Amino acid sequence: MSLGLLLLVLLALAVAGYVIGRRKAVAQVEGDIRKLHSLPPFYGRITALLTAVPAFFLIAAWLLAQPLFLETKALNLINPAELPAGKSAELVMADVRRVAAGLDMLAARGQDVTPLLASPTALKAALNTAGVVLETEPTPSTLAATAALRSSGDTSRLAMTIAALVLALAGLAFGLSRIKPEYRARNATEQFAMWLLMASSLIAVLTTVGIVASLLFESIHFFRLYPASEFFFSTVWKPQFGGGSQLGILPLLWGTLYVSVIALVVAVPIGLMSAIYLAEYASRSTRAWVKPAIEILAGIPTIVYGLFALVTVGPLLRDYFASPLGLGNSSSSVMTAGLVMGIMVIPFVSSLSDDIINAVPQSLRDGSLGLGATPSETIKQVVIPAALPGIVGAVLLAASRAIGETMIVVMGAGAAAQLSMNPFEAMTTVTVKIVSQLTGDTEFASPETLVAFALGLTLFCLTLALNIVALVIVRKYREQYE
Amino acid sequence: MTAPISLKGSPLHPRAAIDTRASLLLQDPRTKARNATEKRFRAYGLSAIVVALLALVWLLVSIFGNGLPAFRQTFMTIPVTLDAALLDKGGKRDPADLSKATTVAYGKLLAASLGAEITAKGIDLGGMDAKALAKMISEESPATLRNRVLADPSLIGTTINFTLLASGRIDGYYKGRVSMESAALDKNTSPEQLAMADKLKAAGVLSTSFNTGFMTMPDASDKRPEAAGLGVAIVGSLYMMFVVLALALPIGVATSVYLEEFAPKNNFTDLIEVNIANLAAVPSIVYGILGLSIFINFAGLPQSAPIVGGLVLTLMTLPRIIIPTRAALKAVPPSIRDAALGIGASRLQTITHHVLPLAMPGILTGTIIGLAQALGETAPLLLIGMVAFVRDFPGAPPEGLFDPASALPVQIYNWTQRGDPGFVERASGAIIVLLVFLIAMNAVAIYFRRKFERRW
Repeated sequence: MSLGLLLLVLLALAVAGYVIGRRKAVAQVEGDIRKLHSLPPFYGRITALLTAVPAFFLIAAWLLAQPLFLETKALNLINPAELPAGKSAELVMADVRRVAAGLDMLAARGQDVTPLLASPTALKAALNTAGVVLETEPTPSTLAATAALRSSGDTSRLAMTIAALVLALAGLAFGLSRIKPEYRARNATEQFAMWLLMASSLIAVLTTVGIVASLLFESIHFFRLYPASEFFFSTVWKPQFGGGSQLGILPLLWGTLYVSVIALVVAVPIGLMSAIYLAEYASRSTRAWVKPAIEILAGIPTIVYGLFALVTVGPLLRDYFASPLGLGNSSSSVMTAGLVMGIMVIPFVSSLSDDIINAVPQSLRDGSLGLGATPSETIKQVVIPAALPGIVGAVLLAASRAIGETMIVVMGAGAAAQLSMNPFEAMTTVTVKIVSQLTGDTEFASPETLVAFALGLTLFCLTLALNIVALVIVRKYREQYE
Repeated sequence: MTAPISLKGSPLHPRAAIDTRASLLLQDPRTKARNATEKRFRAYGLSAIVVALLALVWLLVSIFGNGLPAFRQTFMTIPVTLDAALLDKGGKRDPADLSKATTVAYGKLLAASLGAEITAKGIDLGGMDAKALAKMISEESPATLRNRVLADPSLIGTTINFTLLASGRIDGYYKGRVSMESAALDKNTSPEQLAMADKLKAAGVLSTSFNTGFMTMPDASDKRPEAAGLGVAIVGSLYMMFVVLALALPIGVATSVYLEEFAPKNNFTDLIEVNIANLAAVPSIVYGILGLSIFINFAGLPQSAPIVGGLVLTLMTLPRIIIPTRAALKAVPPSIRDAALGIGASRLQTITHHVLPLAMPGILTGTIIGLAQALGETAPLLLIGMVAFVRDFPGAPPEGLFDPASALPVQIYNWTQRGDPGFVERASGAIIVLLVFLIAMNAVAIYFRRKFERRW
């Protein structure tokens, strides 16, 4: 049974549960619903919930765990003696998975695949026509693993369908058996709903746990293969997929910071001055359209900025600044990425600063103006000092946004890891290297791939620290005037 | 004894205040200077706004200027005689036989038909051989024709009017990307071909019209920018948005309701709240790493599948939905809850019958804006393998959610990484499509907010 059909059947069972449960409750009191503890729909609802929800959770859990279980099983079938030199069992498993997928594809086209499993040569040829190209002929144990993977995949699917249906029917029967006039159906429904609400709020915690666990686990794996002191203090980034690579984070951090600093140098004056103008000078009608217009900048996807950097800003800077000044002739440069990223973070600075400036009590301004200060003197000497902590918080948030930004630097900053002061040279950042080390077919046992997780962990800690500092500053300031 | 501080010359000098020339009509130098500073400061503010808005305009103009040509495409319409001797050597219309005629054979047929049409229109071929003529035709067109014949073998032996894509260089010539000078240096085209294209245009064979294929066709390989379309990417993005909506909206609303209405004030609740605040600020690429290691490596879900993209984007969108939803719930006045509880509703009934309907406009606005952000997100999708080259449309959901697909922003990134300049135009065109989707979604959100906004 296909997944869609199974879900539909479960839904139908739930609806049936609702109707039957409601009918049963009403029938037990012979239509006099005053004798029921709860209104009739509640009896239907609790039955429907008991029917559908456990079965849905079972399917979700099964789908998540099934491949893990199947692959351990198939992995055990692979004969370690047959492994080609330099290939790990995990890598062979990738082949097994591809062969299985290819066979499924062939089977879907109506081809008989059983004879193929007997002869590796025919299998390789058949898979080639299907677009699955194998490097070498599969070994007998690979074939056995493939067959096991496929057959147990089918069995597992069937088992899941049966288990889900049995669970649903059991839930239905259990729900119906509990229906009596004195059964507190409303309380039961609400208790059930409450558990669902609580479970969904746990997803946020689980996400954090997932992020930290996956980063930490793989980073520890990386630091076992590569010394941590080299990673944090080496100034050379030179990954070589043959081995013997040098993976120092410093050039990447330098690129990240350089780009972010340029972005902030662009964004902070523009953002802050626009916030001041909007909060203190602009008329209500100007504010009504300028503020949303600036905020459009925050709603534009970063890929758009990336293309803008790649196609427009990069060549422009190269042709009119870098080349004439003899500073370089690369269109992707720290300046390109920084400038475009600066445009992107303007609204982060301006919107937050605007809110904070507006939160400064009017009495402070009135006092200053009453003493004879001009509006600009009031702003510079009273409003800004009062709002300063909040503005610093806004700038820090913008900085964390700039450090974690990926697409603009991938497309605008280049890929050369180097420590240079020249802003018109291509440099690279932490995020760019995470992307380049993790895209494509990668083997998850080499330090060249695992380094991405260590980079991710560094990035996560860096942005988290910035955010926490920013939030603490903003919160402290807010309390001051409330 | 300290020496008295000299104030002479400074505006703070007591004498300076008594400036005999000053009056209401005549400003003294110090007031003048202060007023000038004031004016300058205002001007700085105004120019900051102007710079920010100009940057926005520059961005949009650059994208639209590069991208609009992608919506027009150069086509040639020529009669093609599908010669049975060439395409069906067995003569039995057997599908196995028919598929033996490769795209090379169809390519030769198309080039010959184009040559015949040129002579028929009375244009001098000017020494162009079949090879040069074939270069005027997109490499995709023979495959299109072949698929059409394979789908309908009865066409063999007849003459059909076939609309084919002109090559990317000729298309670029009419969009100003290719000139006679650049063509002379280019091994993929020649000035003669461009001149011939001009003659064909005059004869009505070649024309430029709206490019529907851009929205419906799948991606094409490196050398065929003229045939690349967004079809698979749009379907993939729609599937992902479907997953995000189906998961993030219920989970987000449930979480918000729990935290806002039920959760006791304790450390556990605080933990959840801090978590949500932090998740909103985690860089998107970190979610990509999460997706790669949990959903693909640990759970073994397929790479480049919309379901994985949808799950990753769901986790990323959740905090962005929870924050506005909680604000919307908070905005419903307690008197509503008190009234409902007072007439005997349970707490859950109070929420589902009264609080949620009243907060719905705010929740929907937040959800749509969250979805719009998810639609434009690229970085996490790169890590879960959505950059793969996918030409087959995914199947129908829910099984199709597990098929490989692309996504709009990733397709854009993919195109920017290719060599042919025709792909820059395609990428910018795709951004216009993406922006149109985003503008539509935001417009709906603003409409909801305007229409249903209620002040208590």
